[in-house]
Amino acid sequence: MPPARGKRTTMNQKPITAWLLLLPALLLLLAFTHLPAVATFIDSFYSTPRGSRPAVWVGLENYAVMFEDPVFWRALRNNLWYAGATIPLSIGLALLMAIWVNERMTGRAFLRLAFFTPTVLPMIAVANIWLFFYTPQYGLLEQISGALGLPSHNWLGTPSTALGAVTLVAVWKEAGFFMIFYLAALQGLNPSLREAAAIEGASRWAYFRRVQWPLLMPTTLFVLVNAVINAFRTVDHIIVLTRGGPDNATLLLLYHLYEVGFKFWDTAYASALTVLLLLVLGGVALLQFFVLDRRVHYR
Amino acid sequence: MQRKTFNRFLMTSAMALGLGHLALAQTVTEVPFFYPVAVGGPITKVVDGLAEEFNKAHPGIQIKPVYAGTYQETIVKALTGHKSGQPPVAAVLLSTDLFTLIDEDAIQPLDGYVKTAADKAWLSSFYPGFLLNSRTGGKTWGAPFQRSTIVMYYNKDLLKAAGIAKAPETWAELAEAAKKLTKKDSAGKTVQYGMQIPSTGYGYWMLQALATQNGAVLANDAGNAVKLDDPKVIEALEYWVKLAKDGVHPQGVVEWGTTPKDFLEQKTAIMWTTTGNLTNVRKNASFDFGVAMLPAQQRRGSPTGGGNFYIFKKATPAQQQAAFQFIQWMTQPERAARWSIDTGYVATSAQAYDTPALKAYAKDFPPALVARDQLAHGVAEFSTHENQRVTKALNDAVQAALTGGKTPAQALKDAQAEAERILRSYR
Repeated sequence: MPPARGKRTTMNQKPITAWLLLLPALLLLLAFTHLPAVATFIDSFYSTPRGSRPAVWVGLENYAVMFEDPVFWRALRNNLWYAGATIPLSIGLALLMAIWVNERMTGRAFLRLAFFTPTVLPMIAVANIWLFFYTPQYGLLEQISGALGLPSHNWLGTPSTALGAVTLVAVWKEAGFFMIFYLAALQGLNPSLREAAAIEGASRWAYFRRVQWPLLMPTTLFVLVNAVINAFRTVDHIIVLTRGGPDNATLLLLYHLYEVGFKFWDTAYASALTVLLLLVLGGVALLQFFVLDRRVHYR
Repeated sequence: MQRKTFNRFLMTSAMALGLGHLALAQTVTEVPFFYPVAVGGPITKVVDGLAEEFNKAHPGIQIKPVYAGTYQETIVKALTGHKSGQPPVAAVLLSTDLFTLIDEDAIQPLDGYVKTAADKAWLSSFYPGFLLNSRTGGKTWGAPFQRSTIVMYYNKDLLKAAGIAKAPETWAELAEAAKKLTKKDSAGKTVQYGMQIPSTGYGYWMLQALATQNGAVLANDAGNAVKLDDPKVIEALEYWVKLAKDGVHPQGVVEWGTTPKDFLEQKTAIMWTTTGNLTNVRKNASFDFGVAMLPAQQRRGSPTGGGNFYIFKKATPAQQQAAFQFIQWMTQPERAARWSIDTGYVATSAQAYDTPALKAYAKDFPPALVARDQLAHGVAEFSTHENQRVTKALNDAVQAALTGGKTPAQALKDAQAEAERILRSYR
């Protein structure tokens, strides 16, 4: 900027500069997130165009179909169960692992690496590994249970255990990722707090409950938001492990949506499902930010 | 960036694009061609090599092969392209997706290109069994390419040990053999099953084989009516469920992907799966194995499967003609024979089996001929309008019955009701 120019020009140029700097991100967000979302919302009120039959306005019919579709309710129920299990389990496990590898001890680097490995692997690879674990007769689980004299079980092929089995894979995959955030937060805690607690004679548990846990709340909120989104977003392992089966026992909302949209080509109904999913996720995110945020102490 | 440099950059790229486009339009017809890979082995190399060979022999045509993933991913890419106005010109897609492609108005019948006597001879050279899934409404929409069928693989060593002389040929013999082939350890745990039929993903295909053997026909030729709750179909599913109940077939749903592995690990003595696994089993079996036709109840029978060539509608006539030429070239006997040897798929014409290459291969490895011989008993693979949706209803029914959630009769009745709801508007 030439120094000869007046102060006013600088003032006027500031918002333009800001907008220009924001422009690339703004354009990308608009083109790939906001416009498709709006278009999907509009599409959900039209019928699916097929060949020479164009889309026609059908109002709320796609939503009516959704509420009458037993497979949709099954997927929703499965997904709530799945979210209810993966979120607390993966966060709890992450916290536990983070606290453990935060200690000074031999082999710490190795442990951290071991916990983080599942995160580095692609989900498809992870699912293929677990497919072997769960294989009846000669899979890893079978070999262990066989050695203990337990009866054989088809984990993924039985409706009562299939959802639990895919949930476990997700927890195993996610815990390592969340652990990194907790570990970073723990490393950032002021060491004098621990010394102070030690002088006061606080127990390990009291120190965690009264000091560490409250100070980790911002991280917990962040991790929670991610965990909730992932619980509705991650379906890669379903494709490899069960494809929603047996008899829809492991069908999750997003996988159902994918099937409706890209296998059945019922794009209108898929749009309605997308809108619902967006509303649910948006609602949960808002709730988390506005309600939980108040309870979080930032330093 | 300097404004001048940027402008110059813009202009050069615009010119390059424009000129490149002109140059191409004048000399060669470009034909984007999508293909999936559904079996093991270096398939992409084979296809790319074939396309290159074709391009060399036809200077005016440039086939551009694009590996597009699984069958499912390939149709997603092709149809998404069709909807946005940029589909491939040719693609290999499931033969059963025929009605879906017609309903989307995406493909062109081949009849318009079959003009000379040689063209007609070419079209009638395919095995009729493979053309069943290519024809509807008096038109031929697809040319058979990578086609398969279900066969029965059996472990000769285990059969011999159990005192069974030959592969079972009827349902009763199969159930009997499976019983003899099932082994339990001292704790009563099954260490080796007599047989297994996979039920994830392709459960409907396997059920269709059983139903066909029991004399049932699942869908009509127009693809708008199904008979899933026919007593013969129910009997077929009951037979399958009973095998599992009797403990000679694994409980619950059996994974498609691990079935060949179970066979190779000798955890099952007999398996039903696609011929496409032949090369894989041949390479990895540590024991003597055989391949047989599926057993008969009322009759023998197995549905075909696999992919056909299609030509897309939204392309220039020159491109479509070039694509047709490519398809004809790819399905010539020598090439079909080579393709069959490289992959394990069934060659699509009788002439292909008369080529020296395939004759020599079959002499060395007789199981390669079982699938072809079974074609005499082949039926069209289950295919309807909104195929994937109806297929899912049937798959769910198979899984519900096998996992004990529903009785076979109830499961198929529910599937029929669902299929009826979907297909009503196509009649």
